[in-house]
Amino acid sequence: MNTSDDILSTAAAWMAEGRKVALATVVSTWGSSPRPVGSQMAVDAAGAMAGSVSGGCIEGAVVMEAQKTLQDGEPRMLSFGVTDEMAWEVGLACGGKVQVYVEAVE
Amino acid sequence: MKRALFDRLMAAKAGAVPAALVTDLGTGMQSLVTPETVEGAFGMDETLLRLVRARIQADRSGIVEEGDDRFFVHVHNPPLRLFIVGAVHIAQALAPMAALTGYAVTVIDPRRAFATDERFPGIAVNGEWPDDALNALKPDSRSAVVTLTHDPKLDDPALLVALRSPAFYVGALGSSRTHAKRVDRLREQGLSDREIANIHGPVGLSIGAVSPAEIAVSIMAQITAVRRRDRD
Repeated sequence: MNTSDDILSTAAAWMAEGRKVALATVVSTWGSSPRPVGSQMAVDAAGAMAGSVSGGCIEGAVVMEAQKTLQDGEPRMLSFGVTDEMAWEVGLACGGKVQVYVEAVE
Repeated sequence: MKRALFDRLMAAKAGAVPAALVTDLGTGMQSLVTPETVEGAFGMDETLLRLVRARIQADRSGIVEEGDDRFFVHVHNPPLRLFIVGAVHIAQALAPMAALTGYAVTVIDPRRAFATDERFPGIAVNGEWPDDALNALKPDSRSAVVTLTHDPKLDDPALLVALRSPAFYVGALGSSRTHAKRVDRLREQGLSDREIANIHGPVGLSIGAVSPAEIAVSIMAQITAVRRRDRD
């Protein structure tokens, strides 16, 4: 299901259909973040997603950033957490912090 | 990520080759490292390569710092494996549950009536004798073995192989009384008390499970506890 195998397989299947795909990967965590380092999510240009990088708190924001990456081709490092300035919008309810690396497969 | 490198990663996964995708977080350049090979956008010095391969060995993704440079090492190991001896009713619940948990599952049973693809859709079914099957499949430190047949002719040979392998979990179905008899038999066959003590039996966490699916939950929970408790 949510194993990284399946996310990459899903990404491969999407690309075989001609869809552009970005990958978002948890690269570091502090405190009680819900998904471990290495957790992945695939996002396409239309905003379809597979997998997860948190317990559902930040996936919406990650999808938006991934779509930007699909447009400009630039990888992005995203930080989320209670001390983050974005906390009011997409903070982690659990109080942890997480860094997510977003890149396009091109 | 370059499509070519993505394809190389998928090929490594398909071939069950341990691999790590290394991303230079400053430049975004990436390389793929396996125990034998390195390929991709940037070369690595011996120190970094050693750190990456140590992380593959430890199955631990994370950021590695070298001087001013930061690298994200994403380990992609072959899936954990679960060998279920006995294509019985509990196995029909345990196999899909374990697959969902991320295990590559093989159900072993030489009895033709039990070991059918129809009873185990999408699961690898092996009709060899349990000891032959396990000797060929070679349980390693990322493997778990559970015996469910209740039949000493099938369970015992499997346990003899499993307990002398590096498998991280070995469980055997049966009541405390059944288990006591099993311990006597295994001792006669030459297993040490220490080896025998590694059997989780009666199998599963004690949650009062009754139905085959509930027993499967208790077994899967115990395997997970053994796998995860000592980490992080």
